[in-house]
Amino acid sequence: MTRSAIVPSGRPEILREPIASEAFGIVQKPLSTWERITNVGALRKLALLVVLAVIWEVYARQLNNPLLFPTFGSTIRAFVHGFVDGTLFAKSVTSLQVLVKGYAAGIACAAVLTMVAITTRIGTDLLELLTSMFNPLPAIALLPLSLIWFGLGEGSIIFVIIHSVLWAVALNTHSGFLSVSNTLRMVGRNYGLRGLPYVVRILIPAAFPSILTGLKIGWAFAWRTLIAAELVFGVSSGSGGLGWYIYENKNELEIPAVFAGLFTVIVIGLIVENVIFRTIEMRTVRKWGQQN
Amino acid sequence: MASTLKTATHDGPLLEVRGVTLQYKTKDHLVTATYRVDFDVYNSDRFVLLGPSGCGKSTLLKAVGGYMPPVEGEIRLKGEVVRRPGPDRMMVFQEFDQLLPWRTVKENVMFPLRTGGRLSRRAAEAKAMEYIAKVNLSKFADSYPHTLSGGMKQRVAIARGMAMEPAILLMDEPFAALDALTRRKMQDELLSLWEGTRFTVLFVTHSIPEAIKIGSRILLLSPHPGQVKAEIESLPASADGATVSALEKRIHSMLFADTIEGGTE
Repeated sequence: MTRSAIVPSGRPEILREPIASEAFGIVQKPLSTWERITNVGALRKLALLVVLAVIWEVYARQLNNPLLFPTFGSTIRAFVHGFVDGTLFAKSVTSLQVLVKGYAAGIACAAVLTMVAITTRIGTDLLELLTSMFNPLPAIALLPLSLIWFGLGEGSIIFVIIHSVLWAVALNTHSGFLSVSNTLRMVGRNYGLRGLPYVVRILIPAAFPSILTGLKIGWAFAWRTLIAAELVFGVSSGSGGLGWYIYENKNELEIPAVFAGLFTVIVIGLIVENVIFRTIEMRTVRKWGQQN
Repeated sequence: MASTLKTATHDGPLLEVRGVTLQYKTKDHLVTATYRVDFDVYNSDRFVLLGPSGCGKSTLLKAVGGYMPPVEGEIRLKGEVVRRPGPDRMMVFQEFDQLLPWRTVKENVMFPLRTGGRLSRRAAEAKAMEYIAKVNLSKFADSYPHTLSGGMKQRVAIARGMAMEPAILLMDEPFAALDALTRRKMQDELLSLWEGTRFTVLFVTHSIPEAIKIGSRILLLSPHPGQVKAEIESLPASADGATVSALEKRIHSMLFADTIEGGTE
């Protein structure tokens, strides 16, 4: 076989020198200040918040019925007042304390359940079965039962929070473990890792994007379950939380305070999502290139 | 430098593969990947497993790695039967995702050195940097894997494997996913690394030129299931083009003798 067929026919070769980079107008140029400002996600979101607040204010003033829909201004006044006299702050702390207890307990249960699920086949079946049974069951629906079991108090709220966190976290963690690439698994075993060190040092970091999603969903479920539970049976351990604050003020027709309570619920949600989880994301999955 | 001399206490071949039959299950079949394969790898060998796809060469490498028990026969490393994966047989995989994404280049190389408390932090770091320098990545020691190119990732994986100073380095088509230019460069680099430390390597490939270039000894496997067809000496790097292409032709005809008889070409 000859290779002559590949040789091009009679056309001349073309050779060029690349131009030195100084000859170009721009090789690399810093972005303008406006471009840099609009690149900050937090600022863009803040701008949206301002727009929403303005719409609220304008609508409420037109409606002019503080019993139905107080203005943004009066809500903020009630909010500031609530914080200055300490009631709103105390209620938030009470709610958050209960939340943290329930959330931590829920994650611990999920960790145990997932650990069993990845080590044994029957454990996997158990996890899948339990998740499909209990995940669709609203936590609040368990509240009456929880009251009978644990009495009127923190215990029954923590029970429903565990229920709302457990399934979301377990499901996401398990599916995260399943999607860890086979190569990474083999690498981990190549190092001689087995059992718990293998799970902690290879599987958990490799599945971290899913685990984080589970934690976020679990947090949101827990927060709304908590507020709802407090609304339903009010005072739990003497002081009561944010849900109770809302309920109490509704009874007294202190509508701006009701809005301030709701506002606090939202603000805490925003902070957890955009500060705490965002920071964790930045320092882990984004830094590692597992998520863009 | 003396990394591979740990084997001095054991006489005979470093790795003995005796009558190894490997089978794996797919969803609805039991597949025999290799049938009664025998070969010996000695110290400082660059031993290449060569064959067309479906000859079970990667499966064989996984069995040596300890990921898969043979149904028949046995694999011995320094006289000890291989039962499970371990850091005395470091693997370099074909895939670019073999580095831990949550660790920097340096931490990736250090990780196996540190697990099980083999080395102190300081010693592991020094050793990691030494091998990262060998693969010319010192500048990228603090980068995360996702910022590196495919070739650089493979170099980190090689550095990680070598830093452990394993009894044998197992390489599963490590350059197959690279572009042709990078691949040639990586082959040259691997050879010069070998010149420096004379580590033992078991290398899987389906490319005949790569086998001749990388290997000092080549095992030819036939497909479905994999059986040993021949075990031949490769050529020194100084061999001229004509000799190399003669060997290429010879290997080609040995591997594909059956298909050529079939008539088409």
